[in-house]
Amino acid sequence: MELQLQYFLLLAAFLFCIGIYGLITSRNAIRVLMSIELMLNAVNLNLMAFSNYLDPENIKGQVFTVFVITVAAAEAAVGLAIVLAIYRNRDTVDMEQFNLLKW
Amino acid sequence: MDLAHGVQLVSFGILAAIAIVAALGVVLLQNIVYSAFLLGGVFASMAGMYLLLNGDFVAAAQLIIYVGAVNVLILFGIMLVNKQQDFPAIKGMWIRKGATALVGAGLLVLLAGTIVTTPWAISTATPTGDGSTLKIGEHFFSDFLLPFELASVLLLIAMVGAIVLARREFVPEDTPTTEEELAFKLPERPRETAAIAGGSQTSPE
Repeated sequence: MELQLQYFLLLAAFLFCIGIYGLITSRNAIRVLMSIELMLNAVNLNLMAFSNYLDPENIKGQVFTVFVITVAAAEAAVGLAIVLAIYRNRDTVDMEQFNLLKW
Repeated sequence: MDLAHGVQLVSFGILAAIAIVAALGVVLLQNIVYSAFLLGGVFASMAGMYLLLNGDFVAAAQLIIYVGAVNVLILFGIMLVNKQQDFPAIKGMWIRKGATALVGAGLLVLLAGTIVTTPWAISTATPTGDGSTLKIGEHFFSDFLLPFELASVLLLIAMVGAIVLARREFVPEDTPTTEEELAFKLPERPRETAAIAGGSQTSPE
């Protein structure tokens, strides 16, 4: 019995759904950022699995994964800076109180 | 990776179990510091998965960038906004959680159905294997040259933007009086203000 492509894809789908759940239900702004990182990791796992099983000669999926990791690092830095600025402004990290744009 | 199939399967099982348990912990635990450390566990097990998928360069990059940089950055963020507060309960929170769990489970079922039923065109070509680093380098400097250069510009922009956003804007009111105090607690202030206060040429007499 060999490792199948489907195993990796199923695991990635599960991690992505956990990330979506955390993204929507979290009250803490930093936990929201962590959920986004989870989802990005699930996508990376998908790309790597496709690269290994469907395109093992050119491995363009691995190149895409490196780019996704780069963008995720930039996103984490800017996201945490924004959370820090909001925290200084509103004195809380509760997502429910970031309602300046609520009508 | 030239491991036996059984070894691969067992290591996949262990890594998947670690990843799923740690991811659930990230989302469900109350203490956010535990969540941050478990997120490091998810990243590390993802690096193991990449090793199983013949991506040794990406596995190393994952360990260095995610575990070494992003996770530490998140821990610093938690430390900087370290406010122990109990969020006030909102009514209808359980409805939101239930609806989100329902949507997530539905999406999972949909994705799993698609994954299982799709006839994947599994390639039979010989895998690149251990030469993946060379191959990635060739891609970066031939057909992915423009995105590669743009990524460096993006990282520079993100660095400058993060510094600008996170810099403190106001100057604290309480300025220390004695010399000793001044040495120990210099107030954090923007560079322009400090330069004007320090230099006597620009200030009008």
